[in-house]
Amino acid sequence: MLSPADVDRIAALARLELTDEERARFATQLSAILAYADQVQQVDTSTVAAADAAPGDSRMRDDVPQPPLDRDAVLSQAPAADRAAGLFKVPRVLGS
Amino acid sequence: MSVPDRASDIRAAVAAKQVSAVEVCHAALDRIARQDPALHAFLHVDADGALARAARIDRAPVPDAPLLGVPVALKDNIVTAGVRTTAGSRLLEGYVPPYSAHVVERLEQAGAVIVGKTNCDEFAMGSSTEHSAFGPTRNPWAPDRTPGGSSGGSAVAVAAGMVPLALGSDTGGSIRQPAALCGVLGLKPTYGRVSRYGLIAFGSSLDQIGPFARSARDLAAIFGAIAGHDPRDSTSADAPVPDYAASLAGDVRGLRIGVPRALVANGVEPGVRAAFDAALEALVEAGAILSDVALPHAALAIPVYYLVANAEASSNLARYDGVRYGTRAEASTLHDVYYRTRALFGAEVKRRIMIGTFVLSAGYYDAYYLKAHQVRALIRRDYDEAFARVDAVALPTSPTGAFRLGERMDDPLQMYLADVFTVAANLAGLPAISIPCGLTDANLPVGLQLTGRPFDEATLLRGADALERRLPMRQLDGRSI
Repeated sequence: MLSPADVDRIAALARLELTDEERARFATQLSAILAYADQVQQVDTSTVAAADAAPGDSRMRDDVPQPPLDRDAVLSQAPAADRAAGLFKVPRVLGS
Repeated sequence: MSVPDRASDIRAAVAAKQVSAVEVCHAALDRIARQDPALHAFLHVDADGALARAARIDRAPVPDAPLLGVPVALKDNIVTAGVRTTAGSRLLEGYVPPYSAHVVERLEQAGAVIVGKTNCDEFAMGSSTEHSAFGPTRNPWAPDRTPGGSSGGSAVAVAAGMVPLALGSDTGGSIRQPAALCGVLGLKPTYGRVSRYGLIAFGSSLDQIGPFARSARDLAAIFGAIAGHDPRDSTSADAPVPDYAASLAGDVRGLRIGVPRALVANGVEPGVRAAFDAALEALVEAGAILSDVALPHAALAIPVYYLVANAEASSNLARYDGVRYGTRAEASTLHDVYYRTRALFGAEVKRRIMIGTFVLSAGYYDAYYLKAHQVRALIRRDYDEAFARVDAVALPTSPTGAFRLGERMDDPLQMYLADVFTVAANLAGLPAISIPCGLTDANLPVGLQLTGRPFDEATLLRGADALERRLPMRQLDGRSI
C-alpha cells in the first residue's frame, strides 16, 4: 500500500506537480494497480534469461553524419528561444 | 460519376480520370463537416492542405500509385510537417512539427491525400479516447458509448464513412480494440514491420503503426504502402514486403487456427461469444481447421503489460519539460517550469508516469520491471509453441461491446481489462488483426482477432478477406448519421 509520502516521493522523481486531490486519489489507485501487478511475482521464471525478453533486434548503423533538422524550424516551436543566437531560453538556473 | 466509398474504387476512378482527386477530397471534407460535429473524430482538418495536394495529383497523376487520390486520416500522435500535432495532450497544444513521420512520406509517395488528424487518448494512453485533453470521440453505432481507444478517432472516421482509410498506433490494442468496437478492420503489424520514425513514443518495445479500413482489399493496399525498412528507426526490419493483395484468396483452405478455449470461457459477454463462435464456424466453412491451443501465461499479459509499458512511458515522457517544444507553464525557476508544465498532463498519463517511475526506482526494479520482462518471455514462448501446430490464433478482440462514456473513467483497472485479449500480441511482437464479425443484441459491433507468426500479416489478411465474403459486415451509411 502506497502512502501519501510515497506518492510525493515518486512524483518528485518524475517532476510532476500534483494537486491535493490527485495525491489522495493516486495513493489508492496506484496501490490497487500495483497489487494487481504483483501476480507476476508468483510466476516461476527460472527458465528465462533476461536477455530473452526483448522482441526483435536493434540494428547498429554506420555513424555517418546526416543533415539535421533546420535550426530555425526547430527553434520556432520552442516556448522561448533566441533565434538569432540559435539558443533555447529557460529561466535563470545559477545564481540569482 | 459519384465518388466511390472504397479506396480501391477511388484509386481506379482517379487513375481513369472518371473522377478527380479534388472531387474525392471535397466529398470527404463534406462528410467530415456533416458528421464530425456529433462524433468528434478529428482534432484538426487540414482542408486547404488536402485540396492543394489533391490538385497537384490531378495535374500530375501517377496512374499506378496504389492509393492515388485516396483520402486518409492520421492519428494525432503521428507527426506531420507544418500541420499541428498534439497527441491529444495540452503539452503539445499548438505544436507544429518541423518534420513528417516515415509513414506520411510513404502515403504521399503512394498518392494518398491526408485530410486531417484524429482524436486519441492523451499520448495513446487509454482504451476509450476519453483521456484526450480535447474531449471524447463518440461511437457512430451508439453515440452514448465510446469508440474504444486509444485510436478512437481513426476508427470512427473510417466507420462513419468520413474517409476510407486511416492510420493509428497500437501499443496494447489501440488499433484492434477500437476497430472491433466500431465495426471496421484494424491491423497491428509485426514489431519492426512499419517504421515508427515520427510516431510520438509511448512504449518503445511495444508501439506499432497500423491501418484501419472497411475491406480486406483496402487494408492490404495501405499496409503495403507503409510497410518496409527505414534506417531512421533502429528497430525497423529489413525484410521484403510481399504483395499483400495477392494473399486475398477468398478462402482459408487448409489454414490451421488455434482457439485458446480456456481463455474465452470466462468474462466474455454472451453476445460477443455468440458472434465469435459464428465467425469460427464461417472460417471452417471457408476451409479452416480448428484446434484447441493452450496459452498458459496469457492471463498474465495485462499485469506484465502495465509494468513494461508504463516503465517505458515514464522514460519517453521525460522529454516534455517545457524547454524545446510544446507548452511551457511560466515560472521563475527552471525547477518550477518542469513541475508546472508537467502538471498539465491528464490524470491517466500522470498515473502511468507514476507507476513507471516507481517500478524503475531503486529497490523495485528487479521485483517489477525485470520480473515482468521474464514473464513476457514466457508469454512469447507460449505463442512459439502454439505456432508449431497452428498458423493463427483466434480470440474475440474485446470481451465486451462498446461501453458507455464515463463508465470506466474512475476505475483504471477496469479500463485496462478492455485490452485483456490484445496486449499479448504487443508483448510477443506478433502481428494481429481485428475483423468485424457481427453485432451483439444491443446492435454493437464485435471483432474477431487473429494473431499470426512474425511477418505473416498475409495470412491475417487472407482470413479477413475470407470472413468478409461469408459474414458481410453491415456498414454504417455515412450519409445518414
